[in-house]
Amino acid sequence: MNISSVLLLLIGSFLCISGGVGILRFPDFYTRMHAVGVTETLATAMILIGLMLQNPDGLVVVKLMIILLMTLFISPTASHALASAAVHNNLMPELDNKEDNKKVKSSNP
Amino acid sequence: MKDLFAVIMLSGIYGLLSASFFVSMDAVDVAFTEASVGAGISTLLMLVAITMTGRTENPSRHKPLLALAVVIVTGSLLIYGTLDMPYFGSAQAPIHQHVAPRYINDSMQEVGVPNIVTSVLASYRAFDTFGEVVVIFTAGMGVLALLSAVRRPRDVAEIDSFNKSMYEEHLILRIVAKMLIPFILLFALYVQFHGDYGPGGGFQAGVIFAAAIILYAMLFGMNTARRVINQSFIQLFAAIGVLLYGSVGVISLLNGKNFLDYSILSADPIAGQHLGILLIELGVGFTVASVMVIIFFNFAGRRNNQQNKENNDSC
Repeated sequence: MNISSVLLLLIGSFLCISGGVGILRFPDFYTRMHAVGVTETLATAMILIGLMLQNPDGLVVVKLMIILLMTLFISPTASHALASAAVHNNLMPELDNKEDNKKVKSSNP
Repeated sequence: MKDLFAVIMLSGIYGLLSASFFVSMDAVDVAFTEASVGAGISTLLMLVAITMTGRTENPSRHKPLLALAVVIVTGSLLIYGTLDMPYFGSAQAPIHQHVAPRYINDSMQEVGVPNIVTSVLASYRAFDTFGEVVVIFTAGMGVLALLSAVRRPRDVAEIDSFNKSMYEEHLILRIVAKMLIPFILLFALYVQFHGDYGPGGGFQAGVIFAAAIILYAMLFGMNTARRVINQSFIQLFAAIGVLLYGSVGVISLLNGKNFLDYSILSADPIAGQHLGILLIELGVGFTVASVMVIIFFNFAGRRNNQQNKENNDSC
């Protein structure tokens, strides 16, 4: 029980850190958001399940379950809202090669 | 920093950070208030404000050097003032000598509420809290007096068609919000009535309640939200909150005790204290929630009017 809990907590923390590295290293807005949005949901789930295993009976588990449920709903929605707001304001993703970039720009004046 | 949007986001982040250092100093009630008010609703209200003022700061005409001089003088005076204060965490500090020991030792016998913060806030210091509620109420009235938006019936149809186009756009957000709003309201009620036993109380609950309504108004359009909660109803509630608080005080006054001394409200003084705290927290919750919604509705309603005017001018 304890080992699995510690393992889950460690994986969760690793995912959080990798998301943080992603936000610093990735080139443009969308990839950065992708890095955080994907890792964060899994990382919170991992950490919360790890915490549940630390104290397997009682009210704490129920509260953590509710927090988990809320995060599973809210964090993908928040990422979606952020990305769609960026699209709405005509933020173009940075593309790898320059010809593609021009094409996209000319097709969306 | 010229971009006001970034400034608002930074202030929200600052609010969240101060909430977390309050938690680490074991001041959970303060942290809760800071998280809901500083990071939550004030950020939201400032965002609504910049939809009206525009996103960038006007070029300043005064010289920055003068402002810097004033700040430096004031700051050094404040630092000079702190030299006389007792050391941080010193047990001899007046704040630990004067009333705090009495509150900590006697609160359980006199008020009987497990959360001492609530008993200090709502019973020992009830008059101060009353003042805070009146300040919030006055702020709401000020916004109403300055910004009260008069709507013409023709606008309603326009807004309705605008809402229909929005519906497709924010489909995901709307569906998730529909699922979340009942839980947010439920949580607000929990915070409201659990304030005696854990962190929480009228201020936080009111803010959370208002946040749920504001979320609804943002995603489903002002008009739909007004249909759920109309303006006069919410104004009535803002007044009822203050009135409830004040009348609890007057009842104890009429029964021959001090203003806001609740022990008279019931035969058993401790039950009276419980009842009094419950009632005034309810009053605080009413006023805070309705004033926040009033401020939001008036700012956003004015924004709609402005947009309509611009559309008419361009046509």
